[in-house]
Amino acid sequence: MALDKFQIAQRIAKELKDGYYVNLGIGIPTLIANYIPEGVNVTLQSENGLLGMGPFPYEEEVDADLINAGKQTVTTLDGSSIFDSAMSFAMIRSGRIDLTVLGAMEIAQNGDIANWKIPGKMVKGMGGAMDLVASAENIIVAMRHTNKHGKSKLLKECTLPLTGTACIKRVVTDLGYFEIKENAFHLLERAPGVNIEDIQKATEGTLVAEGDIPEMQI
Amino acid sequence: MSKVVDNANQAVAQIKDGMTLMLGGFGLCGIPENSIQALVKLGVKNLTCISNNAGVDDFGIGLMLQTKQVKKMISSYVGENAEFERQLLSGELEVDLIPQGTLAERIRATGAGIPAFYTPAGFGTEVQQGKETRMFNGKNYILESAFNSDYALVKAWKGDTDGNLVFKGTARNFNPMMAMAGKITIAEVEELLEPGELNPNFIHVPGIFVNTIFKGTNYEKRIEQRTVTTK
Repeated sequence: MALDKFQIAQRIAKELKDGYYVNLGIGIPTLIANYIPEGVNVTLQSENGLLGMGPFPYEEEVDADLINAGKQTVTTLDGSSIFDSAMSFAMIRSGRIDLTVLGAMEIAQNGDIANWKIPGKMVKGMGGAMDLVASAENIIVAMRHTNKHGKSKLLKECTLPLTGTACIKRVVTDLGYFEIKENAFHLLERAPGVNIEDIQKATEGTLVAEGDIPEMQI
Repeated sequence: MSKVVDNANQAVAQIKDGMTLMLGGFGLCGIPENSIQALVKLGVKNLTCISNNAGVDDFGIGLMLQTKQVKKMISSYVGENAEFERQLLSGELEVDLIPQGTLAERIRATGAGIPAFYTPAGFGTEVQQGKETRMFNGKNYILESAFNSDYALVKAWKGDTDGNLVFKGTARNFNPMMAMAGKITIAEVEELLEPGELNPNFIHVPGIFVNTIFKGTNYEKRIEQRTVTTK
């Protein structure tokens, strides 16, 4: 069975380590905050200017002046700090964020990522994604393996305008966990019950699946 | 000379057609609501607006898009505004989309007397087109420049009559750098205090950067995504 979006988030959450500062993008990445492993303390950064992002507020605590990068109402925690957007990106560009998780429309086997524009159709903007992917050392992409038309999102080359070049090293999709190196997608883990042939069929880029590929533990 | 005016209409009265404005806020959080409404009333046109987002269809900068007062938007993310996307795809509106950190730093540079700086964001993408690049320590960077903005319109929580500003929560966002970056900066505040009522240790923007200040009224503070935890 392919993973659902909650399971993708659960698998990535296992990569969190105690003491990490983490930036989670909009969509599946946001869900990771619900699956932080026991005994692991991480600090969530929201690029509009909040470090130490807390959960959604109770109804009576809702504050229009306290939102995250997805424009959702949130809370602060003991130890949180608030700052302007220039300082927020100073943290990002200077490499203080230990793990960045974001979504994507396409990933290429050299680590290129496209996630901000479909020419002539959708122009929403890149937000902070270009700053994040240009600076972060440790990035995981969380996305579905294929788009809604069934086409592979793991490609030889991106077709859409790029967000960043040769910067993505790990991808978790509904079908598996991949490491990008030597110009190929290396399969590290399969989604439970998904076989390598299924993954091969859904992957347009070069897939490397060497030896016995374990099933993901969720 | 007093920096204080009675209301937003007085504050924006000298803004002219074709000017470049910076408007604070992230989404609808910390936007200069009163000044935007006054600009709609004033009816100035052909504006270039620098703001992280473009509001929603019927609030924030979206109000100025409805009245076709904006010639060009300089933003990082405009996904919440269907009218914006329509005007853009039909060619009525020009847009310059900029990585959010680059936008923030270009605004900061403008207010800090820095003409340009190098950043890695957007290298190898269409953001790089037409710009100088340079390698430092084996990594590629793009040269990005400061803006030239006539006015900055910002929103703070508290301010005093000398123009010192304090922000609340994530309504701070782009407001402090923009306050520094306007040739003329107009600040609207929820509470307007006398000098001495704000603790000097906790001022976010020193009054030297603020030319005009007024107490705003009727803040709606609309929430885009009201997310709550149920007990």
